[in-house]
Parts: sequence; structure tokens; C-alpha cells
Amino acid sequence: MNALITTAVFGIVLMFVGLFVKQRQYIKYFAIAGTVLAFIANLMDAQCGFGMLHGMVEVSSFSVLFNAVAIASTALYFLLCGSAFEKVGEDVADYFALIFFILSGIMITGSYSNLLMLFLAIEIISIPQYILAGADKKNLKSNEASLKYFLMGSFTTGMLLMGIALVYGATGTFDIREMGLGTGELSPLALCGITLLGFSLAFKVSAAPFHFWTPDVYDGSPTVFTAFMATIVKAASFIAFMRLFHVSFSGGNVSGHWQLILAIITASTLIIGNLTAVFQQSVKRMLAYSSIAQAGFMLFAIVAHNEMASQGLILYAAAYSVATIGIFAILLKLNDYTFDGFNGLARRQPLVALMCTIFLLSLAGIPLTAGFFAKYFVLSAAIQQGNLLWLVIVGVLCAAVSAYYYFRVIIAMYFKQGEADATEVTPGFKAMLVIAAAIVIVLGIFPNLLLQYL
Amino acid sequence: MLTLLLILIPLVTGLITFGLNGRGAKVFSLISSFATLAVTLAAWAQFRTSPDALNFTASWIPQLNSQFNLGLDGMSLMLVLLTTISFPLIFITVMGRNYEKAGAFYGLMLLSQAGMLGVFLSYDALLFYVFWELALIPVYFLCSMWGGEKAIPVTFKFFVYTFAGSLLMLVGIIYIYFQTEGSFSWQSFTSLSLSNNEQSWLFWLFFVAFAIKMPVFPFHTWQPDAYEQSPTAVTMVLSGVMVKMGLFGVLRWLMPVLPEGVYMWQEAAILLSVIGIIYASCIAIMQSDLKRLIAYSSIAHIGLMSAAIFANNEQSLAGVQVQMFNHGINIIGLWIIIEVIEQRLGTKNMQQLGGIASVAPNLSILLVIVSLANIALPLTNGFIGEFLMFSGLFQHNVWFAAVSAVAIILAAVYMLRMLQKVLFGEVNALTATTTDLKTGEMIALGCITVMIFVLGVYPKPLLDLVSGTGIQNTVAALTGR
Repeated sequence: MNALITTAVFGIVLMFVGLFVKQRQYIKYFAIAGTVLAFIANLMDAQCGFGMLHGMVEVSSFSVLFNAVAIASTALYFLLCGSAFEKVGEDVADYFALIFFILSGIMITGSYSNLLMLFLAIEIISIPQYILAGADKKNLKSNEASLKYFLMGSFTTGMLLMGIALVYGATGTFDIREMGLGTGELSPLALCGITLLGFSLAFKVSAAPFHFWTPDVYDGSPTVFTAFMATIVKAASFIAFMRLFHVSFSGGNVSGHWQLILAIITASTLIIGNLTAVFQQSVKRMLAYSSIAQAGFMLFAIVAHNEMASQGLILYAAAYSVATIGIFAILLKLNDYTFDGFNGLARRQPLVALMCTIFLLSLAGIPLTAGFFAKYFVLSAAIQQGNLLWLVIVGVLCAAVSAYYYFRVIIAMYFKQGEADATEVTPGFKAMLVIAAAIVIVLGIFPNLLLQYL
Repeated sequence: MLTLLLILIPLVTGLITFGLNGRGAKVFSLISSFATLAVTLAAWAQFRTSPDALNFTASWIPQLNSQFNLGLDGMSLMLVLLTTISFPLIFITVMGRNYEKAGAFYGLMLLSQAGMLGVFLSYDALLFYVFWELALIPVYFLCSMWGGEKAIPVTFKFFVYTFAGSLLMLVGIIYIYFQTEGSFSWQSFTSLSLSNNEQSWLFWLFFVAFAIKMPVFPFHTWQPDAYEQSPTAVTMVLSGVMVKMGLFGVLRWLMPVLPEGVYMWQEAAILLSVIGIIYASCIAIMQSDLKRLIAYSSIAHIGLMSAAIFANNEQSLAGVQVQMFNHGINIIGLWIIIEVIEQRLGTKNMQQLGGIASVAPNLSILLVIVSLANIALPLTNGFIGEFLMFSGLFQHNVWFAAVSAVAIILAAVYMLRMLQKVLFGEVNALTATTTDLKTGEMIALGCITVMIFVLGVYPKPLLDLVSGTGIQNTVAALTGR
């Protein structure tokens, strides 16, 4: 609750900062200070632990932990990519403000206990993203991305609302803990509502077959904003998705109605995401498809509704966000976004190449990186659930495929001849990369450092 | 503590070596490998008196109840010994070579050693999996960075193959974990009684992972290319030690955990292995490239070991374990000589060689000895293992034994043909320039020759070592059905 207010207020503060601070490079530091404040406010939330706003929001150790992960990742994002904001356009302070508004939406995703709050969270997250996608106003692709995202996004928002209305009609309440589905026979109304909610949230997390907007939007948006949209925002949507389905729709025999649908969505997301990523020529677009593929793994956590799944999703959110932000930060320093643009990077920038390798290994799920335990937990959750072994086998085979395209970058950096060079690599930037890589490895050896707070 | 040291020494020194360059890296890694060998010998001494003192347990991931659990039995001690003997030999052999970015090369070598030692020592399934992958990653970079011109795609194929296989194993491990009372320990895995149906499909999840690593037909296609393209030092690691990880996996994790599954599918596994033996031997006869010839001969030998494992009686299992050690020693000897020839003459094509015996007598004598050991002539170390394996296979099924015994003849054909082409015949302009062995190479090959004869005449220490807990557990688990 404190975190929610802090982030929202800080968004407004930053808009005014833009009026008074003329040196644009200093705005970044205000934003970083804002994340620090939000982090502290979030830790203070941990003490209260009860429902607020007349039970609309429920603070739990889970939501506090996820908020901490999200805020920390955002701080890392500002530190690594903050200076790239200035290259997008004039209104640097506004971009930071929009990110803070998104962050305030994210603060609700782990703690909402009312369908209306869910709707608010999703919308607060989405609308600033439409603007950010089109931030590069003179660029046609950026405009296309924005329009595409807006049209598709509003369409699914409609589906979300219809789903909420139908579920409300069936249960008579907006409170996700008191729906009492599964005690008796499931009404067709509720079934339609659950399906619509599932589809609209699947759209938000870019699960196949609702993923068609993702590559174009991620590719067209300014790279620095793609880094944010593809990581923290996506993880937050998953948290919202999981909370709704685990709290309201898993009692009694209800999960039997949607589990197979979601399992099929998961399998197709994995297969489409991984196979399409193999054929990409641009690293940025490859990362867009990789985000779909990784979404497939995060969907395991929703299909398998048990405790291990929520542990796994938190770990996944942290592992995936840190690694992907790191790779995007390196990508931002390069001139050429194709695979060939990475050729020979290890010779020019050995440290940057090494850190990039660690991030890529983590995304591929190699042991001793955070990505391994993230995958491990979600796969275990699915096996523990039973009946999903086929899905797990599909998952691990897709993970082997994913090694192919992640290693292409490693091969380009280390084993190919080329003149790739990163511009403006400061010692501070390198230090931040090392810290991010250290987080990835430490979580890969001791995942309980994060999970003990759950 | 000693077991922990075995992993820590190569791990820490490996990381330090990255910061060194040139001569410093060479000397430092050599010292490190000798230190690991010394610790192994100390562990062996302690193993004879109080084996339980070698166990090491520390809490790792409390949420999963996974523990950092290390231990030693006869089989793993034997493999640890093989690993720690191999690395000094390899480092001595390549002493004269100047690798580009030597620090990274030797650092990665030591890291892969740490990974392999971890595989042999861990008694916790999750830890085993982590080390299993950890051994692979450094080898991937070693082969790609310092390998031949086609190394990148070849190594990549190798990597994706093994990665896919090990992920399937991971699924199996997680499944079994949920059947236990939430523990990854080897004890809880083996004391579990899974239903026949479960064991039947779990078998394949594990078997594929191990079969790719060994490799067993039809999962072997990565292997000849990878051996050919890797720098020879890495090929020695791959063929001498790393393939043993697959065999070890079957012995430690597949047979005791899924005895019913093994019983159900043993004929299929033996059949695949026997096909592999004959197939690889026939291809080996046709090769003119020395490295590919040895690669195929290795597939044949490993196939025999795999068949003997699944024949699954006391003799065959004892034979496999003895042979794991001896095969490692012999094949490293062969690679050292090939490395020497390739270094001096710049070719490994047998058609261009000939008459080396008259130019370089020491090299020729040692090549003959190592080759004969590879054919398993009596009085060499290869004999006792192969004898035990064949007699075990014979007890299991006469036909399998008969067909795979053809491989002995085929092995003689391709090895003697190689000797003939390389050592004898006309000296040509190229081979006339051959110089004989240098001190370092002489020391390494001398050690190997001593081991060949000592273990060939007196294999008792090795047999005593492996006829300990390892086999009895496996056999007891199966006969107790």
C-alpha cells in the first residue's frame, strides 16, 4: 500500500521535475531515488499484512516479495538503461513518470483481492505502455507498434471486462476470495467468464495464439522501452494471472475445466515461441520471441496451482527480468542489432561479452544460474500436479531448442571474426553489469536467498 | 573434507588460472592437477581404513531439501583416480604447446575437471545434475574456441544433444523426487519401490541421457566429429574421462533406482549396444583419419561396456568397472601419440604416413604397446576387463556374446592396420622429418606404459577397489526382486 502510493506520487513528482530540471541527464537520478524510496516503503508494508481499502487490497509476504523484486529490477533497469532515455526524444522526465505509473500498477498485481482492482492494475500497466511504444514519434515503426498495441490491447480489455461481468453474475461478488466456485455445480455463466478472463490475461502475457502483437510491438518500440515491457511488466501480468486463477478458480473441480485449455496454450506458446526464435536474424526480434518462449515456461506456474508454482514464478520473474534487462542494456550500446552485430565483441569488450554470456546461459536454464532454478521450480510444480508429464516433456525439449538461439549470440561474440564494438561503455555501466551477473549466479547457487522471504 | 577438497581445488585454481597467462597458467594448472592427485591418494588411504569419514554433507537448498552431499565408494574412487591421473598426464603432454589465451584454456580445463569430479562424488540427485551440466559447459567453450575449422557447428551439435538428454533426465529426477518423501538423496532414491509401469518409462528418460553421453548407437552421431574437431587435450578429456560419466550414471543412478525398468529393457539396451559395437568397428576399418579411427574404436569399446552393464551379473559388472579405468588410460595414451604425430607432421591422415618406425623408434614402441593394450592382449591391462565382460555377457546370452566377440577380431584388424600404415612401409619425404619423443611426452607415455603392464599382470588392487560396495548394491537390488 505504501509502495503503491509512493510510486504513484513519484510519477507525478517526476512530471514536474521535467519542468524545473533543465539538464536532462540528471532526471535519471531522481528516478533512481524514487525506486529506493519505493523499495523502503514496500518493506514497511511487510509489517501490516492485512486487507486495506475495505478489503480491495491484501498485503501478504508474497506480494511484498514480488513488489521488492519488481522495484529492484526497475532500479537496475534505470541504472543500466537510464541514459538511453535521452536518445528517444525530448520528454525524458515524462518517460520516467510513465514508468513510475506502470510500476504503481504493478504494485497492485500481487495484492489485489477484488476483480475491479485487477482491472485497474491491468489498465494502469497498459495505457502508459501504449504511449511508451510510440515514444519515438518520427519513426513509422514506433507509431505502428503503438497503434497495434493499443487496438489489440483495448480489444482484450473488453474481453477482460466481459469476463469479470460474467463471473460477477455467476457468483454475486467481486472479491476473489469469496467467490466460492467449486462448492457446487459450475454454472455456464461462470465457465464463460473464466474462459474470457483466461484468454484476456493470456493476451497480456503474450501466450500463443494471442501472441501476434508481441514481435511487432517489441521490435517497433524504442529498444529501451522494450526492455521494460518484455521483462518486469510481463512478470507482473503473470503474477496477476496466477493470483486470480490460484485463489478463485482452483477450488473443488473448477481447475479441471481450465487446466487442459491452459496446458494446450502453454504447449503452443512454447513450441511457437522457440521455433520462431530460431529463425530470427535480429537479436532484438529474437528476444521478442524468446520472451514468448519464456512466457511458456511461466505459464507452467499457472497450470500447476500449488505452492511450488508461486515460488517458481517469483524466482522466474527475478531471473528472467535481470538477465533480459542485462542483455537489452548491452544491445542498446551496439550499433547493429543483427546477430552479426555481435561478431567479435569478446575481443573488443571481454567483460561485457562475459556478462552477456552469463545472462544468456541463465535464459537457457544452465545450472548455477538463476534461470536453472526458475525453470526447475516451474517444471517441478507441473510434475507435482500430476497428469502434466507430456507438457513437461514438451517443455524440456523446447528448452533444448532455446539453447540454439541463445548460443548463437555467444558463438557470434566469441568465435566469429568481426568488428562489433560497444559505444559509451563507462566503468559504472560495467560495474552494474557485474552486479546483475552476480545476482544471477548467486540466485543460481542459493535460490533460498530469495525464497526464504516467502 | 577430503571429498570437498577434491572439487574445490580444481574449481578455485581454475578460476584463478583465468587471470594468468602463458607459462604461468601452464605451471599453475599442472601444480593444481598434482595437488588434486595427492588429495585423491590421501582419500584412497583413508578409504581403506574408514570410508565413512569421507562423507561430506551440508545444507544447500532447504526449500527443496536438497543437500550438498558428497561421498565415495569403490567405483567412484576408481573414477576419481582416473580423472585425477588423467589431468596431470594431459597437462604434461601439452606442455610444449602454446595455446592462444592460455589462461582461459587451462582455466576451463580445470573447471571441467571440477565438474566431472563432482559427478562422481555426489550422492544427491540434484547436485549430480548440476555437476553433470557443469562438466559440459567448459568443454563446449574449449572445443569451440580452440578446435578445428568445423569445430563450432560440431560442438554445438554435441552440446544440444547432451543438453536435451540431460533435461529429460532432470524430468525423471523431479518425478522420482515427488515419489520419495521429498528428498534427493541417493539412499531415498534407491529405497523407493516404484511401480513397474513407472519404472518402464522412467528408464528411458535416464537411459537416453546416459546413452548420449557414452555414446551408444543410435545416439552416437555427435561423437566422431567432436573428437576429430576438438583440440587433442580436450579429446583426451572427452574420451578418457567424460564418456565414463555416462557409464557411471547407469551404474550409480539407473540400475539401483530403477531395477525393474532395467530388467524390462535390458535386452533392448544390450541389442543397441551390440549393434553399436559391430557398426562402429566396421566403420573404423574404413577410416583413414587417425582421430576418427580412434573415435569409432572408442564407440565400439564403450558399446561393449554398456552391453556388459546391462547383462548385469557380478562378473560383467566387475569387468565394466575395471575396463572403465583401463580404457581411460589406454585411450589417453593413443591420443598422446596422435597428438605427437599431428604436431610434428601436420597431418593425421594415414595415407600420408608410413615408415615412422625407422625414424622414431621410441614413439613406435610405445604406440605398439598402447595399441595392443587397446586390443586387450593378455598381460596388458585391457585383457582382464574384457575377459570378465565377455564371460558375464556369455552367461547372460550366448548369442550376444558371440556377436560382440567378433569385435575383438575387428579391433585387431583396424588397430594392426593402423600400426602397419603409420609405422611400417616406405619412409616418405614427410615422415622422414619425424623427431622422436620429447621428455614431457616420454614421461606421460612412460607412466601409461607402466600402468598398462602393472595392471595387466596384477589387476588385483583395481579389482579389490571396485568389487566393494558399488557392485554388491546393484546386484543385490536386482536379485532381491
